[in-house]
Parts: sequence; structure tokens; C-alpha cells
Amino acid sequence: MMLSLAPPSNPSRSLATNPRTKAPFQIAKTHPISGLLLPIRSMHRELKLSSSITSEKRLPTAQAVSERVEGGTRMTRGGEDVKLLGRWASPLVMRTRTALNLKGVDYEFLEEVFGVKSELLLESNPVYKKIPVLIHEGKPVCESMIIVQYIDDVWAATPPAILPADPYDRALHRFWAHYVDDKWFPSVFASSRAQTEEARAEAVEQVFAGLKLLEEAFQKCSKGKGFFGGDTIGYLDIALGCSLGWLKATEKMTGIKFLDEAKTPLLAQWAERFCANDAVRGLMPETDKLVEFAKMLQAKFKTAAPAK
Amino acid sequence: MATAAKGVVLLDFWVSPFGQRCRIALAEKGVEYEYKEENLWDKSPLLLKANPVHKKIPVLIHEGNPICESLVIVQYIDEVWSNNPLLPSDPYERAQARFWADFVDKKIYECGTRLWKLKGEAQEEARKDMIEILKLLEGELGDKKYFGGETFGFVDVAFVPFSAWFYSYETCGNFSVEKECPKLVAWAKRCMERESVSKSLHDPHKVHEFVGHLKKMYGVE
Repeated sequence: MMLSLAPPSNPSRSLATNPRTKAPFQIAKTHPISGLLLPIRSMHRELKLSSSITSEKRLPTAQAVSERVEGGTRMTRGGEDVKLLGRWASPLVMRTRTALNLKGVDYEFLEEVFGVKSELLLESNPVYKKIPVLIHEGKPVCESMIIVQYIDDVWAATPPAILPADPYDRALHRFWAHYVDDKWFPSVFASSRAQTEEARAEAVEQVFAGLKLLEEAFQKCSKGKGFFGGDTIGYLDIALGCSLGWLKATEKMTGIKFLDEAKTPLLAQWAERFCANDAVRGLMPETDKLVEFAKMLQAKFKTAAPAK
Repeated sequence: MATAAKGVVLLDFWVSPFGQRCRIALAEKGVEYEYKEENLWDKSPLLLKANPVHKKIPVLIHEGNPICESLVIVQYIDEVWSNNPLLPSDPYERAQARFWADFVDKKIYECGTRLWKLKGEAQEEARKDMIEILKLLEGELGDKKYFGGETFGFVDVAFVPFSAWFYSYETCGNFSVEKECPKLVAWAKRCMERESVSKSLHDPHKVHEFVGHLKKMYGVE
């Protein structure tokens, strides 16, 4: 599954090329919103065109489509080629960006156009064809928490450690991260998208039940400190924290206050601490933008062909 | 936990491929442990206390601490007992191993269940999906001895228990794993030469008998 990208001829442009044809990767031939047939010269140009044409698909101002993200003063391994394929709204992408920020790693963020999968994405994640994909020195790594562990492994010499040192603590972080992905986060989505009142009520109950469990998990994992990882953001902080944007958006859409200081005080305080952290600030999507995005998605699914 | 006992206990169910992953990992490391068979239709208080969130096996209890979720358990075993490492040391190879073990987790059990539970068009779809999944895995294996290369590793541990279900998948889905994925069948035979695997897996006909019981329970056929 190795994808070897030809190194850019002009490093400052960081253009990804197809190793077989040597042509730059194409994103889309027909623009999904305007329907314009765009002359494709380069991936970067395509993305720039799409962002200028579609005001409703405005990318967050912080990300001009393809940006060089400075990792700060802590350059751990100089001159490495790190690219991340992602989209602004995705909590899974945010996980990987948080991990890169924690380690102070310089990377290039390549924003995928919503509704269109780039050739680069299809080549680097042929199994799932989904973001995020980290491409490190031409080699792709897929699945958000696997990417986070990879970042922790590669930049192990740079603090903070993302996974704890103790095997049992590591097992706890992995277990709860899996729970967030497998059970809790799907119920957050279901609580705003459920088709029946019964399904919605069940989903809402699951969200609350999950938060209660996670409150207990916080108590156990944090050992009195500010994060699941202790003094610094760790694996489970990343797994759960990056879904806070969507949790807030869901609260707005449903009118239900899920994260309540009265019910889960530790989590409520942790959430504020997480969002204010240097590694996270600037990455959390704005609640209103997510609500707008969710409404657009729901409208899109409603107008799609009826289910079998 | 009620007991602060030292030592290793595995709460498990004989035919569970998830439990077998843990048995194989423990055997590869040469760890002695107490095996406790659970009746999944009458779960023990110990299981309910050790895994209150999911109430499922396998659960590893080590020095009184419960660890749940089979791949979390296998990684825990690999980290506590560092002999015969199951995960490679190179970060990229580790990421690949985690990816494919996770792929097995996401795809095989769910698709296998559809194969024996459903009929007609839905079963036909499950058959197509299973062949596609197995072919992807065979592609990843390639001509290697194991998924881990020359050494038996994490992906092998994650996937090999399902090889005891190949006969059931073939019979329910009316296809031949050997015909579709001969390299996988050869790999499974190689794995069975390892004592850790041969002592943990059950005869495919016994597995199929179990599937027969499940079908009766769910009123299939």
C-alpha cells in the first residue's frame, strides 16, 4: 500500500505529482457547485478556484486551501515532508492536526473539496477513500487514531508523549477512544439526525449515558490533573476533545445541553481547558459554521434518491 | 475489583475469534493464565463487573485490572511482555499493522454475520462483500510468509481466528475461499503449524455446528 510521491521539483510549491504519469494530481474536472468545467493545471489552483467561486462553501479564513502550517519553534526533524489531507469540518482530521501541533511538526494541509475525492486521496487511501490521510515522506497513513499513534511514535523524542507510558493507562486510553468512535460519537450524530422521535430519544439517552461514563473515566485517567493524559493533552483527550465542536453544534440544533456542569462537572471544565489549549486553538470549527454545514448535508440527503 | 489477585485471568467464550486473539497472544509470549469460560446467555458477576460498559468477552484481568476489547488486550499483552514482539518496531510498519488489524475488526465479523443470518439478495451481497474483503487481505499478504513478514505478528493474531470460520462462510455463501484466495488458505495452514494457533482455534466443523445453533436461535432457515 505504499504510495511514493515524486519529490517536488520546486520545494516551495510542494506540488504532489502522480508518480506514474508525472502529471500533477487532479481534484475534479467539473465543479460540484457551479457546474463549471475547470481547466485543471494543478491541485492547488483547482482548490483556489473552488473556494473563490463558492461563497456557501467558504473555507475557514485560517486555511487558504493549501497552507504551510508552521509547527512553531520546535522543529523536531528538519526538512521532513509532511502532508495532511483533510477538511475543516472533520473532527477526525482535527485529531491529527492536534497531534501534529502538540509535537510542533511543520506540515502542509491539503483541503479536500467537499463532495469530490481527489486523485491523491483515492491513491493514498484506496481501501476507505476517506480523510484524514497523513502522507509522510511520500508514505500514507490512514485512520485518525492510527495516525495519532504514528505521530506519537515518529516524534517520540519530542514531548509531550501522547499515549501514557504505563501499559494499563494506555489500554484505558485506547478502550475509551474506541468507545467514543464506536458508540458515543455516532449517538451524538443520531440525536440530531434521527428520523423518528423514538430513535432520537434513544440517541439522546445514549449521549448522556456516555458522558456519565466518560466523566468516571476522566476521574480515573486524569489522576487529579487537567487532562485525560494528566498534565498535558493525551490520546483520549484528542479522541474525545476533537468532537466537542460537533457536540456544541448538536446542542444548538437539538436545544439540549449535553455537556452540563451540573451533571458532568469534570468533563465540562476539561472541555474548556481543551478548547483553550495552544495545540487546539484555531482548529476547532465554529459552532455556527458546523450547524450551517449540517443543514446543508441534511438537505442534500433529503433530495437524494429515496432509500431502497 | 473485588480481588487484588496477582496473575492473569482471561474471561472468554470457546468459539469467539476475539477471545482466541488473546489466547494466541498469551501463548506466543509464554504467559501462564487462568482461562474462565463464560456462558454468554448467563453472564457471570465477574464479567459484568469487569466489563460494565459492554458486558462482553474477552476480558483480560491482570493483577486485578480489567482490560477489554480484544485488540486493546493484544496490544497490552505485547507491551507488558516484551519477548516475541507482535508489533514491528518501525513506526510506519506499526501503523500499517494497526490499519489492517482494524480493517479485520471493521469488516470480517459483521460481513460473516450477514452471510449466515440473511437469505436471498442480502446474502448474495454479503457473499460479494466477503470475497472482496478476503481479496483485499490477500493483496496485503502478498507472497509474505505472514502478514508480519518473516515473523508472526499483530495482523496474523488479529485475523487467523477467522480462518476457522472460512468453512462456514464458504458453506453459507456458496463459494470457495481456496479458489478465491489461495494465498490466504496457505497462510492459515502455516499459522496452524504454530502451537499458539493450533491450540487456540477449534475445528472448522465444530465452528459450523455452532453457527447451526445460532441459526436455530435466530430462526434462520
